[in-house]
Amino acid sequence: MDTQFSQEDLAFRDEVRAFLDKAWTDELKTRLSNLATMRDATIEWQRKLDAQGWLAPNWPVEHGGTGWSVTQTFIFNSERAAAGAPDVMPFGVVMVAPVIIAYGNDEQKARFLPRILSSEDWWCQGYSEPGAGSDLASLKCRADRDGDEYVINGSKIWTTYAQYADWIFCLVRTDSSGRKQEGITFLLIDMKSPGVSVRPIDTIDGFHHLNEVFFDNVRVPVENRIGEEGKGWTYAKSLLVHERLSIAEVANSKRGLQEVRELARRETGGGVSLLQDPLFAQRLTETEIQLMAVEYTELRALAAIAEGQEPGPESSLLKLQGTEIQQAVQTLRMDVAGYYSGALQGELSVEEFGHDYADHAQKQYFRGRASSIYGGSNEVQKNITAKYVLGL
Amino acid sequence: MNFNLNEEQVLIKDSIARFVDEQYAFDKRNATVAMQHGFDPEHWRQFAELGWLSIPFAENHGGFGGGPVDIMVIMQEFGRGLVAEPYLATVLLFGGLLEAGADAQVQETYIPQIIAGELQGAFAYLEKQSRYALSDIAVTATEKDNGWILNGEKTVVLNGGAAQKLVVAARTGGTQTDESGITLFLVDAQTPGVSRTAYRMTDGQEAANIVFAEVPAECVLGDVGMGFELMRDVVDRAMLATSAQALGAMEHLQQATLDYCKTREQFGVPIGSFQALQHRLVDTFAACENTRSLLYRAVCALQADSEDAARSLLALKIMAGRAGRHIGGEAIQLHGGMGMTNEMSVGFYVKRLMILNTLFGDADYHAQRFAALANSAATEESGSASRAA
Repeated sequence: MDTQFSQEDLAFRDEVRAFLDKAWTDELKTRLSNLATMRDATIEWQRKLDAQGWLAPNWPVEHGGTGWSVTQTFIFNSERAAAGAPDVMPFGVVMVAPVIIAYGNDEQKARFLPRILSSEDWWCQGYSEPGAGSDLASLKCRADRDGDEYVINGSKIWTTYAQYADWIFCLVRTDSSGRKQEGITFLLIDMKSPGVSVRPIDTIDGFHHLNEVFFDNVRVPVENRIGEEGKGWTYAKSLLVHERLSIAEVANSKRGLQEVRELARRETGGGVSLLQDPLFAQRLTETEIQLMAVEYTELRALAAIAEGQEPGPESSLLKLQGTEIQQAVQTLRMDVAGYYSGALQGELSVEEFGHDYADHAQKQYFRGRASSIYGGSNEVQKNITAKYVLGL
Repeated sequence: MNFNLNEEQVLIKDSIARFVDEQYAFDKRNATVAMQHGFDPEHWRQFAELGWLSIPFAENHGGFGGGPVDIMVIMQEFGRGLVAEPYLATVLLFGGLLEAGADAQVQETYIPQIIAGELQGAFAYLEKQSRYALSDIAVTATEKDNGWILNGEKTVVLNGGAAQKLVVAARTGGTQTDESGITLFLVDAQTPGVSRTAYRMTDGQEAANIVFAEVPAECVLGDVGMGFELMRDVVDRAMLATSAQALGAMEHLQQATLDYCKTREQFGVPIGSFQALQHRLVDTFAACENTRSLLYRAVCALQADSEDAARSLLALKIMAGRAGRHIGGEAIQLHGGMGMTNEMSVGFYVKRLMILNTLFGDADYHAQRFAALANSAATEESGSASRAA
């Protein structure tokens, strides 16, 4: 039982701060927050992390991981979030890479992992379908074997940043004769393959991130299959555990809450700061206490992983509570903006619009509604927890 | 004791419901909102023709002499259909202030124009620093040559882009947050020195920031320095209207979510068959019904001008804000990914509910007003009890 930072930890923190100071520039920050430049800025930021060897803390050292202790991971994430720098785009580094590392063959590791580290390939996730959301295993996108190739027909939905993606990792059905969890295969598909098309989905936050991806007789070499045919569900589930851990975003919420406090301090009404409003103070406090608890739940999960235990169903709890806190912080930020929270800045300058964070607050709020839906809805997380943790 | 609508009220309700069904299908609404100023002038002309614009005005002004029940009926249906036309801004706020405070001659000039659908108005009261404090007003009005000159800036003025005339709350005395020393002015929006920056709200309606630089007012509404009481009264009635509108939006969302849960299948069954979701739909149903009960309570209390009116109105505004957030959040969540898209109307209703919550002060703000009111009533009672002893 000890969470004190050692001298080495403190030295590491200084090193992280020095790196962020230099690499995380205002110019990069501006380009990252603008949709038109977001893709290139993300790649540029990730290459800076990669040059430092810090892109993939979750990977084994032999493949380019950092070999950090839990404390170092915690320090890095806290400092990164405090500086306002984003997480890495999860689809490659956090989601597909651990599956390739665990279940892929040597050729696949050599072919895909270096390109993920160097951000040459942008990945997206082909899991959900219009008819297969919470009931993911009922997916229908077909892969029919034809010689050394699979022929893919069907569609995927809610595919984040498919419009930028070079590759998609996909769950496809290779057999529909048995249980629905059987007959699912994990395929890596080149987005440039003939027959792949992407349709944008217009969302309530006004930001183009979601898409539908269609496959029309898309031919995929068998060598792009991960592991065995029909065993994709097992691989997919292990990926979901990593995904859930990454969705909690505790460090970002910590920074967000700090920001809310600062915004509330300068928000006045009737000459009084909102921070002095007892109801607001109460809500801020409740959220902060929840966050303090979840911060340690996350550390406990990371420590367990470091001791060689697999992150298990407990990751559901972290996803559940992490996203609840994100939404609480987003709601607070929007409430601080008051009557401006319903106003759209559009092309107006801050000066003309008369407010410097309301537009951001409401976009974050609406975008954040998705966090309790994606990665397995929070209802599904409760079902998993009830079944696998509580044995109900 | 009854909670029924009378014959005329049923007629109004049915005619608005018909309009909504015909004109406010989702794709049609999108086209309407995309028009200049965020609404359809042809709809507004229809409103005038059907007499809806006359409803709250007194009969001697050419109105229908409608009361709180009529306002409730109209706004609830507008809420259900997510109607974009600026009834709140032009008729209830701008028109309400003219009727409450303007000289007879001004009323006779402008109220018939509102009723005829020829005059758009807005009430400019919010400022950057004011948040929800109605009396926090820094815009100044100074007397000059028997008239008044306005200076300063108002923000998020609903319908501020389309409005031809404005009612502006300005300070003529006292300190920035005093309730006394506020005066209401009628200002022509075309007056040199008025500059407007229009933008959209998340639900599609238009708002504007309006800067006044040495702008002469057309006239004063009510007494100089006594504008706060005037605006408080009109805003109170507007709070009833926005809460009714919120209920209409909640009813729509509750029904849409219910329908979705009954038809969307996962694991081979409709998701509405899952008990965990059933209980949540019961909770949102209860939130809807609680709002309806408080709406009826506030309407009856206002109509009877009873002692319960102030408390009931605050309770309603708080409940509508909280229930709206609850139902809106659940509507998106239970629609899953579809709830995140603009292919369904869910998001637009949620946005309207959020704006309605912030209008005239959010639930947390009014909860504190409610507490202060309840405490002062209790103090008075215990004071009179101890005096009696």
